[in-house]
Amino acid sequence: MSVTAAPALLDRDGLNALVSALVAQGRTVIGPTVRDGAIVLAELDSADALPFGWGVELDAGRYRLVRREDGAAFAHSAGPQSWKNFLHPARERLWSAERTPEGDVSFTPQEPAVPSYAFLGVRPCDLRAIAIQGRVLTGGRHADGGYAGRRERALIVAVECTEPGAACFCVSTGGGPAVDPGYDLALTEVDGRFLVRVGSDEGAALLEQVPHRGAGPDVEESARAAVDSARERMGRALPPVDLRALMGASLTAERWDDVAARCLTCGNCTMVCPTCFCTTTEEVTDLTGDHTERWQRWDSCFDLDFSYLHGGPVRSSPRSRYRQWLTHKLGTWHDQFGTSGCVGCGRCIAWCPAGIDITEEVAALDTERAARGTETD
Amino acid sequence: MTDVPVPYRVVARRAETADTVTLCLEPVGAALDDFTPGQFAMVHCFGRGEIPVSVSSVQATGGLAHTIRSVGAVSAGLCAAQAGDVLGVRGPYGLGWELERARGRDVVVVAGGIGLAPLRPLILRALAEPATYGRVNVLIGARTPADLMSRKEIERWPTSYTGVTVDRPDQEWRGDVGLVTALLDRADFEPARASAFVCGPEPMIRATARDLVFRGVPAERIRVSLERNMRCATGHCGHCQLGPLLLCQTGPVVDWTAAEPLLSVREL
Repeated sequence: MSVTAAPALLDRDGLNALVSALVAQGRTVIGPTVRDGAIVLAELDSADALPFGWGVELDAGRYRLVRREDGAAFAHSAGPQSWKNFLHPARERLWSAERTPEGDVSFTPQEPAVPSYAFLGVRPCDLRAIAIQGRVLTGGRHADGGYAGRRERALIVAVECTEPGAACFCVSTGGGPAVDPGYDLALTEVDGRFLVRVGSDEGAALLEQVPHRGAGPDVEESARAAVDSARERMGRALPPVDLRALMGASLTAERWDDVAARCLTCGNCTMVCPTCFCTTTEEVTDLTGDHTERWQRWDSCFDLDFSYLHGGPVRSSPRSRYRQWLTHKLGTWHDQFGTSGCVGCGRCIAWCPAGIDITEEVAALDTERAARGTETD
Repeated sequence: MTDVPVPYRVVARRAETADTVTLCLEPVGAALDDFTPGQFAMVHCFGRGEIPVSVSSVQATGGLAHTIRSVGAVSAGLCAAQAGDVLGVRGPYGLGWELERARGRDVVVVAGGIGLAPLRPLILRALAEPATYGRVNVLIGARTPADLMSRKEIERWPTSYTGVTVDRPDQEWRGDVGLVTALLDRADFEPARASAFVCGPEPMIRATARDLVFRGVPAERIRVSLERNMRCATGHCGHCQLGPLLLCQTGPVVDWTAAEPLLSVREL
């Protein structure tokens, strides 16, 4: 890989040129922008649409946009959406079938939509989430071809985190405000300019197309300091224990009743979670009854129908459904996919209408286990 | 998910009980890969949807049989299918019984209700190879005599022991009444060198497996077939989770050593 060793520096015009170059490549550029009182991910035609001067104020069950004096573009925490909205769409047609008057039936696979995306402003937590979801949907015996194609074609411009929110806890999930490999370009915002590191040949070629200059050691130093400072300012943390073992030891914990008394089982946490991948299927017919389509859509383990078997749902109590979500995310995800399912982005905390805080629930389970005297290593 | 159903024609339809039908299917064009007993297919009823169904017969010709109880919109639609109708089938999915792990051992098959269907091809295979397997026992329980499937066929199987019991007898019933586990007293097997295969409602599976372990059958030699909601069968939809298991990938047949701790937790 011919990656340039020395980081480059872009100013705001350079960032504009970067977006223009991506648009000129025929890519659909997706990035953060202010809409409806939130920072959402949407198609951008110019870097001017980025949320310059906007930050967010977060807490359990709370998300508010706030003005920032410094005019920063990427000084906001995760919004309600994640990149799964684009890589793992909420609705997809899987196949369709036709029945002839003679009763013969033929099935036609749906060619998956594989747009050429460029993702601008991917947080380190979300970059890890993309890798985790990729592992879930393409790492097993059966690969989701649509997901694989979209991920393969997508160009990723990551942005290191210099402004963690009050709901953030990536460091305690083994990630961090610094970016891991998996990007094409990685930006770090420093005083209105952007330090650029190259992570792939495609990223290097892209950088060549936009005006930039070398970043001096001062800028690199400032960028490092900003990311280091972010690491120290995490709003929250999961307890520093083996979470997989804690989940396995907590299946009959009393805390599930406590959280079930607050949980509305609305499924918001699963919709905003960047790794939650579950889907269900629907059969849709036209009026003739001779054309039918199989659609896949996002589903949530909080839905009663999720575990439905003839006779009723396996998990009917809210207690069992919250337990399924949490023990899967932090525990059995390891068994199934060799990794945790949590990246510490904090979305499930901010977007829970009841303000349920995953870090608080896990800490309570840890305390309860200690009280039971069944601590296991 | 990229698997698309393959057309299969219903060539025979056999009513097993008042609510259960066996459909014999032949591929319209190319057949799916071979199924092994215990594996399942996603069977599509046009305009209604898909359900997971274990294979109850596997033919060398590529033909399949599925035994389906009418309990919902899709299964009712499939039960209503007639000879000549075309269905969609995709598979094979999941892990089967792995009868070959019982080589040289006594075989104990315990079925509850329609649970006999996925065990049928296993029983036939074990009986067809008497030199490979020890004594073959088939123990069957059903709610009522009317819920017993394949009664005539069962009588013809040359097993060492075949027992049939019902929960609620009718006027004509002269056989056993009670739990299927009670038949274990009369079965002809040596626990320490037996392999067991169990399919039925979850409470029946739990009771049977625990009884077998109590009698000395090693837990790792007891295979049980479990059921959960399934949408994709390819490990991506998340519905078939049972703790660490994705039953479409690491099941539906699992060792009792893996199933026991999971089935002990309510609503897992």
